[in-house]
Amino acid sequence: MIEWLNYFSRFKIDLLQGALVTLELTAAGLVIGFVLGLGLALARSYGPRWLRVFARVYISVFRGTPLLVQLFIIYYGLPEIGITLSQTVSAYLALGLNSAAYQAEYLRGSIIAIGNSQMRAGRAIGLTRWQTICHVILPQALRLALPSWSNEPISLLKTTAVAFLIAVQDLMAKGKRMAVKTYDPIGSYFVVAIIYLVMVFVLNALLKFIERKTRIPGFDAEVKKA
Amino acid sequence: MAFFKLCFCGQKYGLLVLPVIRQELKGENLDFLTLLKYIAEGTAYTLGVTAIALPSGLLIGILLAFLYVYGGKGIARVMNVYSTIMRGVPPLVLLFLLYFVVSKGINLSGFWAGSISLGIVSSAYQMEIIRGALLSVGNDQLMAARAIGMSRKQAVLNIVLPQALRLAIPPWSNEAAIIIKDSSLVYALGVPEILRRAQLIGASTQQPLLAYMSAALIYFVLVTVTNRLLNMLEKKLTVPSNH
Amino acid sequence: MPEPILSIRKLTKRYGDKVIFHDLDLDVNEGDTIVIIGPSGTGKSTLLRCINLLTRSESGQIWFGGKEITAKGTNEDHVRQQIGMVFQNFLLFNHLSALENVKLGLIKVKHLSKAAAEAKAMEELERVGLADWAGHYPGQLSGGQQQRVAIARALAMDPQIMLFDEPTSALDPELIGEVLEVMRSLALEGMTMMVVTHEMGFAREVADRIVFMEKGSIVEEGSPNEMFNRPKFERTREFLWKITELYGKKDHGEE
Repeated sequence: MIEWLNYFSRFKIDLLQGALVTLELTAAGLVIGFVLGLGLALARSYGPRWLRVFARVYISVFRGTPLLVQLFIIYYGLPEIGITLSQTVSAYLALGLNSAAYQAEYLRGSIIAIGNSQMRAGRAIGLTRWQTICHVILPQALRLALPSWSNEPISLLKTTAVAFLIAVQDLMAKGKRMAVKTYDPIGSYFVVAIIYLVMVFVLNALLKFIERKTRIPGFDAEVKKA
Repeated sequence: MAFFKLCFCGQKYGLLVLPVIRQELKGENLDFLTLLKYIAEGTAYTLGVTAIALPSGLLIGILLAFLYVYGGKGIARVMNVYSTIMRGVPPLVLLFLLYFVVSKGINLSGFWAGSISLGIVSSAYQMEIIRGALLSVGNDQLMAARAIGMSRKQAVLNIVLPQALRLAIPPWSNEAAIIIKDSSLVYALGVPEILRRAQLIGASTQQPLLAYMSAALIYFVLVTVTNRLLNMLEKKLTVPSNH
Repeated sequence: MPEPILSIRKLTKRYGDKVIFHDLDLDVNEGDTIVIIGPSGTGKSTLLRCINLLTRSESGQIWFGGKEITAKGTNEDHVRQQIGMVFQNFLLFNHLSALENVKLGLIKVKHLSKAAAEAKAMEELERVGLADWAGHYPGQLSGGQQQRVAIARALAMDPQIMLFDEPTSALDPELIGEVLEVMRSLALEGMTMMVVTHEMGFAREVADRIVFMEKGSIVEEGSPNEMFNRPKFERTREFLWKITELYGKKDHGEE
């Protein structure tokens, strides 16, 4: 079983390509999720009633069903009503829509924590609601959310593995190829596991670094997870 | 909570519309309820996987949490490594790994291998939850118990643990929901649970959208009901307080 | 003159490099009420925690009831059954009612039957005036009530000495009186007590001896009369003046 050490060099290119795809999936999910999630958070905090209800339903549905099912609905189900997407795009979409529901909760939590008092302060000097949100509340809320939000990129990185089940050529898929070629599933997936672990470590370190760099001096309140 | 009833009805009626659309388009006539019934039979497997993974994860998690908090520096470091590894690798990878490792020794079906693997993965998360709860209860309570002459063991069992378990319920119900959803991963091991069934019938009747939406609906119900039950449990166990 | 019930000899406590107190000597006779005063952070609370072995001292000896409890092989749990402690933050067991808080030690440590434990627990709650609140949980009680339950919990173990670690420091002013009243009755009944506090009125009226600690050692000790009117050291006089100004010469809600 020690042959697995060789796999790193034997399948260097494959593994690198796979890791890259995994990172792309993570990035896509994160960005789509953030934009949509922020929208949902703002909708729930400041929107009209119908928008608030929609946001709640959205979040509840996407958090209450497995990602894999959502992925299958998008990739296998949508073609039935005429929307056919490639594997990669389906994966991006599923990951993004799913992540948005979780990110919305982190962001909303910190918007609430910054909350009403800052809104009052902003309006008191004549800013409009939107100006206050953009220039006063969000800059603080986003920084405040960072520690708990940092869970999301890491969680996404791990979640992307399911994309391989619709044949996206990510790290997991390369792992399966390795397993088939070497007749050694344990060694192959072990290698894959190590690479994921390394990616998570690096990502974690990066996030901690960003956290430190963007901290507001003296402002250490931690947001409770929603 | 009428809100959730609204969601539930919304999805159900939405799904009822789809077969109508389908009929118009292809002239086929598959009763939505028959479809739902076939997929729902997979629920037994899904619940089975959850019923094995969740409690085993809990037992191992409690044991490890105690070792982590009360076992001394060396053991704590080992636990930390275990936690980092088990939570740093995607559950799917661990599922595959453990499945193949276990299969080398014994011939286990995907169901058993998947359930046990999921339980082992979950134990790392549950350990962190319980550890967090134990630490939240804090040393002061422990100190107060020892001040009236209780031994360390008595103090932990009678004072710290009951309070910690109450504190752990909210994050734990989150974990329970996660396991119900992650049980869909055993699809990859061929287990005929909800998702696998949805795929089968979706393919054979050429109604994948309806099939997968039905699967989503069933999962949603399972997760929601579980959350509600645990919520009720939490309320029942809450110590009365004016603060 | 009978042996002191508690003797502390050359007690030293360090946290890393920091010396909390060093070479402390103190004797406590049965029935004494000792009040320990001094600026914050001088190790008064740590001293109490060393006495009931919740914290280990680096060197020195503590003799209690004729035995050296700092010796190796001492059964700490057993010692703590005979020393009662009341904390600044009450530290009631949050998941148990007042009655259950008091009962628990009796059942688990003293191995009384449930009925006997309940009877004794109710007795102690009556003693502190809270019999009607037996079924209430800590979250439903005021700070003063919680502290009184904490006192009942400690008394239920029939200790030979009671240690009070700033028992009223965490209380709202109106609630301090009810706790001091319980403590005063205890002292009058003859309980041996060591109290760390800033309540000068209590110290003046109830203490047999006042001990002034600063920077890790005992500056002076003596009867309330001696300490307040004829202190030997300037520092003692300074401190007492400042603290009396702050906390008032009268007890809260008493006299």
